[in-house]
Amino acid sequence: MKRFFPWLVLLFAAAWVAASWFPPKAERDQPDLVAFGKIPVLVGGRIKPLDTVARNSLLIVHGKQTLPLANGEELTAIRWLADLLFRPEAADDYPVFVIQNSEVLGLFGWEQSDRKYFSLTELTPFLKQIDEQGEQADKLESVERSAYQSAILNLRNALILSQRLKNSLRPEDAHDFSKELQAYVAAIPPAAQAARQREKGETFDKSKLDSVAAFIERYENLSSTAYLLAIPSTNGAQWLSIGESLVQTVRTGEIHPVVQAYARLGDAYHSGDQQTFNQQVVALRDWFSKEQPTATKRTSFEFLFNHVDPFTNSMALYVLAFLLACFSWLAWNRPLNRAAFYLLLLTIALHTFGLVSRMYLQERPPVTNLYSSAIFIGWGAVIVSLILERIFRDGIGAACAGAIGFITLIIAHHLAGSGDTLEMLQAVLDTNIWLATHVVAITTGYSAMFLAGMLAMIYIIRGVFTRSLKKETADSLSRMTYGVVCFATLFSFVGTVLGGIWADQSWGRFWGWDPKENGAVLIVLWCAVILHARWGGFIRQRGLMIMAIFGNIVTSFSWFGVNMLGVGLHSYGFMQKAFPWLVGFMISQLAFMAVAAMPLERWRSFRVAPGGPSPKDKLKFVPPGLVEGT
Amino acid sequence: MLRKLINVITSLKLTIVCLVAAMALIFAGTISQVHLGIWEAQQRYFQSFFVWWPAEGNGFQIPIFPGGHLIGAVLLINLLAAHAKRFQWAWRKFGIHLTHAGLIIMLAGGLFTDLFAVESHMRLSTGDTKNYSEDPRRMELAVIDTSNPEFDQVTAIPEAVLRRGGTIEHKSLPFRIVVRHYYQNSRLHMMNESGVTLKSVANQGPGAQVVVEPAPRATGVNERDLVTAAVEIIPAKGASLGTWLASDALGAPQTFSTDGRTWQLVMRPARYYKPYSVTLQKFTHERYVGTDIPKNFASTVTLIDPERSVNRNVLVYMNHPLRYRGETYYQAGFEKDDRTSILQVVRNPSFIAPYVACIVVAAGLLMQFGYHLVGFSRRRRPVMA
Repeated sequence: MKRFFPWLVLLFAAAWVAASWFPPKAERDQPDLVAFGKIPVLVGGRIKPLDTVARNSLLIVHGKQTLPLANGEELTAIRWLADLLFRPEAADDYPVFVIQNSEVLGLFGWEQSDRKYFSLTELTPFLKQIDEQGEQADKLESVERSAYQSAILNLRNALILSQRLKNSLRPEDAHDFSKELQAYVAAIPPAAQAARQREKGETFDKSKLDSVAAFIERYENLSSTAYLLAIPSTNGAQWLSIGESLVQTVRTGEIHPVVQAYARLGDAYHSGDQQTFNQQVVALRDWFSKEQPTATKRTSFEFLFNHVDPFTNSMALYVLAFLLACFSWLAWNRPLNRAAFYLLLLTIALHTFGLVSRMYLQERPPVTNLYSSAIFIGWGAVIVSLILERIFRDGIGAACAGAIGFITLIIAHHLAGSGDTLEMLQAVLDTNIWLATHVVAITTGYSAMFLAGMLAMIYIIRGVFTRSLKKETADSLSRMTYGVVCFATLFSFVGTVLGGIWADQSWGRFWGWDPKENGAVLIVLWCAVILHARWGGFIRQRGLMIMAIFGNIVTSFSWFGVNMLGVGLHSYGFMQKAFPWLVGFMISQLAFMAVAAMPLERWRSFRVAPGGPSPKDKLKFVPPGLVEGT
Repeated sequence: MLRKLINVITSLKLTIVCLVAAMALIFAGTISQVHLGIWEAQQRYFQSFFVWWPAEGNGFQIPIFPGGHLIGAVLLINLLAAHAKRFQWAWRKFGIHLTHAGLIIMLAGGLFTDLFAVESHMRLSTGDTKNYSEDPRRMELAVIDTSNPEFDQVTAIPEAVLRRGGTIEHKSLPFRIVVRHYYQNSRLHMMNESGVTLKSVANQGPGAQVVVEPAPRATGVNERDLVTAAVEIIPAKGASLGTWLASDALGAPQTFSTDGRTWQLVMRPARYYKPYSVTLQKFTHERYVGTDIPKNFASTVTLIDPERSVNRNVLVYMNHPLRYRGETYYQAGFEKDDRTSILQVVRNPSFIAPYVACIVVAAGLLMQFGYHLVGFSRRRRPVMA
């Protein structure tokens, strides 16, 4: 059993991961929303599958990627989107808008109850109020808004988004859109004739002109609200909304095949004609794979990526690995330890798949925003931890990998609330060289700092609360921490200076004392303090650990804290909500430092019988390759 | 005594104290940016020898913390002294030496940049030609003798001189300028505006119709102070020409005559004239399809330098500056519906220092930690916890 246990764990985990790789099949007698979800559209400057649009939009509006209904049914994001696009009267009754702020509820005369999701129908009487209140809040900087103002603005934005989506592929009041389009095309030649007659000064039928003018006005309105750009132009560089394409129809007299397909598909969905819907989806996908082969390939891949959901799955596996590694210190050491290591290898493969997929989809180096920095920090820390685990084989590296992997991915998960995490980059960031060097080096430095802090926490927890911190373990932990701090120093320093060089290239100043720059240099300075204190013999094992934990505080300030100041060139990711979490984290780290500062006699691992050797003797450690006394 | 001093100067403890002090300073300076703005915080915390309390006013001030320049200088001395005292040649120490040599280059370069680098802006609308750049952070009172049809003779009085107040005399000016009032930041109102109770501080020119309301210093990244001064012009012989209001908000220069010559008076951003001119031909601002996210800014400019017989077109865009005669032009921003391009102009004689320093330090760290890593893996023993 002991021999096979690690392999069994790996096998089960692998089977579980593999299950998510098989694409879902459409149910019989149901519209094929899986295929529908793979159709490419252009939103936010990027071509993406409808599935991604559905997931991100539902995340913004609803806060989650699925929508439970009152009758217990749970709608997928793409199902919600399809209903919103083609059966708006049904979608209007879905409890999709999330309102938690009691003042916002009070504005509508509602009391705070266990309900927090509301439908458009319920909100309709208050739309004007929401719009006015939201507009006022919008005038303030995000730092200045109160909780109520942020909430009402979010609600307003969610309503606008849902309204724009609804009017993306057809006007929401359209019933038989294909028929409407036929009428439109049929009305164009007589209107053109009337226009020519008018130019020549002959008598003309004004009603013919008016009927086309009414259509055009309708489609212009449609194009001004459209959220999706669904129609690739002939050269493929520019995408148009359905409204714009229909306005162009006046000149060409022809309706774009994609517009036509969407119209038929929508009508079929609306009337519950699954067969026609599925046929039209196939026709659309055929058209795209012929006309837009690259976009189609990419969007199909993105669909798979959405479906595999590598980061959520990795999260679960990291927790499992962490627990296995921790239990290995209590009992059944070898098999549990092995199992944790194998499991982590699988997880890091999945994590890497996610990271590389994002790079492929975005055609960018791994870190482009706060979300991806969290993913990358976790990835880097797990790799270094696994190397440590491979060298020391004592479960410490594995525990660190599990804990940091899980924590960073959960942070990433909470950063994804603003919608598309593969957003386009501001002009000044539009350079792959610097993103690949400066940003990657800096985030690797963050990874290493957090890893050093994690190792130090393991040292303290095991030392103070358990008897498991033997001298050998303490020494190896201390050597690991020291090595990781060195690694962090190198990457933080190089990353910071590269950032300076980038700034010199784009703004003409190497150093501008921007908050994010200051945060980075704080890390470098703290590393320098740790190393010099160690080299000068001012600290030993315990001092090193306490300082490494303080490194967590410095790094979290640099990573998140400076963004909360709301000033400077790097304040790209302001999140007020995260502030209490950050403060909580810092306090917890201070608490760890305080615990570590307790007299050694109180540490369970170092408690000695009276007359035995002083616990201090256990803490002598000379880092390798050092010059003593300098 | 001397030995003791040398011991302190070369000690590792001093290094650590300096590093920790630098961290505290940077932390405080970063937090204070919320209220002071980047520029002001930078002046108070980083580009100073001491952080003073209270920070403003002419009254009693005490230094409460060493400023960036002091900490940097002490670190530099500490580094140099420690190496001078303890330097010994050994391969195992080579990485450390290299790292510290790089840091010396970086610190010295940083100090040099702080002292000698000049940043300014060149604001160009399409078709504009300019042979000067402006510093939007510093104003000057320009007194311009326009009587010569060939050229204008400009006498510029820096803001710092105005702030000091008193009487200003200069050999190019046949009159004295007495600073009657000076406002670091202000708001101007028309006299006839309702609710205005202040009196005008000027009695000549359009400024006589305007009242000045003092305002607190601007702190936002995109805000700036509106400097206003009331100056009395007193010719060497004869009676006073009255008090004039000079403010960036007043726009067009005000004109007066004395000594048979015509003068213009204008408060404007400090100018740096160049021996060449720059003309904006075209400014483009691309966005991603269907969004407002900027994709690229680019300015096509013509550079004309008669001295060096240069006349060519240059494209300045994101991350691709123009470097010319020791100055670097960067695409910094735009205004007025994309019709005006703002170029940042930087003269930094020590811009190369960080590049060199980075390579030297990185090489040093790599060598040192590589050396450790070898020792580290040699010593490691598989340990079961």
